[in-house]
Amino acid sequence: MRALRQTAIEIAGILFTVVAFWIPFYFIFVNAGKDAQESSLLNLSWPSTAMFWENIKTVVAARDFMLIRAFYNSTVLTVVSIAILVVLCAMAGYVLQRRSDRATPVFNFLILAGLIVPPAIVPTIWVLDGIGLFKTMSGLILVEVALNFPFAVLLYKGFMAAIPREIDEAAVMDGCGGLRLFFRIVLPLLQPVTATIIVLSSVTIFNDFTNPLYFLPGSDNVTVQLTLYNFQSQYVTQYNLLFTNILLITIPPLLLFIFFNKRIVAGMTAGSVKG
Amino acid sequence: MNRIFKRTYSYWFLLPAALIYFVIFILPTAMSFFFSLTRWTLIEWEFIGFENFVTFFREQSLNIGFKNTLVYAVVTCGLKVILGLLLGVLLTSKLRTRNYLRSVIFFPTLVSTIAVGIAFSMMMHPSQGIINTALAAIGITGPDWLGDTRLTLLSVALVDVWKGVGVATVIYIAGIMSIPSEYYEALQIDGGNGWRKFWNIILPLSRPATNSVIILAFIGGLRSFDLVWAMTKGGPGFTTDLIASIIYKQYQGGFYGLATAGNVILFLVVSALAFPLYAYLNRKEVDL
Repeated sequence: MRALRQTAIEIAGILFTVVAFWIPFYFIFVNAGKDAQESSLLNLSWPSTAMFWENIKTVVAARDFMLIRAFYNSTVLTVVSIAILVVLCAMAGYVLQRRSDRATPVFNFLILAGLIVPPAIVPTIWVLDGIGLFKTMSGLILVEVALNFPFAVLLYKGFMAAIPREIDEAAVMDGCGGLRLFFRIVLPLLQPVTATIIVLSSVTIFNDFTNPLYFLPGSDNVTVQLTLYNFQSQYVTQYNLLFTNILLITIPPLLLFIFFNKRIVAGMTAGSVKG
Repeated sequence: MNRIFKRTYSYWFLLPAALIYFVIFILPTAMSFFFSLTRWTLIEWEFIGFENFVTFFREQSLNIGFKNTLVYAVVTCGLKVILGLLLGVLLTSKLRTRNYLRSVIFFPTLVSTIAVGIAFSMMMHPSQGIINTALAAIGITGPDWLGDTRLTLLSVALVDVWKGVGVATVIYIAGIMSIPSEYYEALQIDGGNGWRKFWNIILPLSRPATNSVIILAFIGGLRSFDLVWAMTKGGPGFTTDLIASIIYKQYQGGFYGLATAGNVILFLVVSALAFPLYAYLNRKEVDL
């Protein structure tokens, strides 16, 4: 009786995921393989002539290969932001966890505020404009670093707490300076949390739409998210190309998900418990 | 020793990150209070007092965002807590399909919000969309999900829940898994059933998870922008405008002072709700 009930729940669970999750993704997939007329019907039937590859070629070549440029830009944005984020936040988390003085509560409050408070858009543009970085990739990278800083630093602080101080003390006794202690001893020990931050932030930054929209306007198609957004109004009569674009844009997160599923989940739960 | 300690854990390590954080985040946030009181072209500003705020609250097309944002945050947050808890309980039980279900429910979290928004607005098409086609097959006339002004905000909120419930679920899974097994053993000795297990053990002891989900989902709901923007652009009319989308519209229109006032209002709303909520939930946690 128990086994029967369990099996029933399992089957119900699978049916639920088919309806709620597989069908939407299947819908995107089949419509990416149809011609314009067929995809405008917005149904779930298999394309009468499958033309996935033709559609991919059309989308990639559209507007002078802008999707390639967008993928390149998104990659640069993600990789550089994360490289800076990891080094700077590891250093910050290291000092903030090890020290405690009168300034500590102030820092803690400012970091917590960064998790809660929404960024002030136009004043940020004003600041970026003032230092000559508005509408530049460097400016956008700084924004991504600043906005992902609170989360990353909290993860690093949490992980630092588990690294015994005795390690630092032994190193200092042996005449190891602060810089060497951090880069040669502490940073390698932080490797698991670094991996978590890399995976999580790459999803966040790659999928970010709002910040590129505000801080890197002008050329409309700088990142893949903006390209997709602009496609929406451009290809109102060619849904097949719109869906092909969605399909292409979903591949990077899908790969991350397949390889790093456990780490992503671990990071999200760790972050939320600390945050 | 103290001297060595200060030199080893030097604040120089903090400086680069602190500098970027200060210049790009704290400084603009502080300046927003000033610029919200001005008519502003980025180059020059003119002090006009609280006029922007008065405009914001008087014009119906602007103050509707205030109400919508609260409704949106409450609906998405509430549904994520309830569904996340139920799925969390289900996915920590002894199902053979557990890992499969976890992965599938979690995956949409990683997909681009814009992509999800576009795909769902196609599926919610009133006559052709697959949702209403499916409803018609069982004899229900589906509503115009994104055209009926009473329903649109709710439709977008449902898509938000679809995309975000995975995070709530994994947080609940972590919370429920960390409950010591002694509690279940005690219940077994006392002869309690599954309902008692849920009501007397899982629900109270997964309280930290609930707090995390509430805070994350609520703040996320108050700040959300991209999903609404991809699906409705605030329409039809202004019925789904959130504070964040109004900020963008005013920014596009070149009303920088007004956009910044919107930002300050969002700041105040989020702070006024999130900080007390945070303090309250964390105090309760200590009581347990």
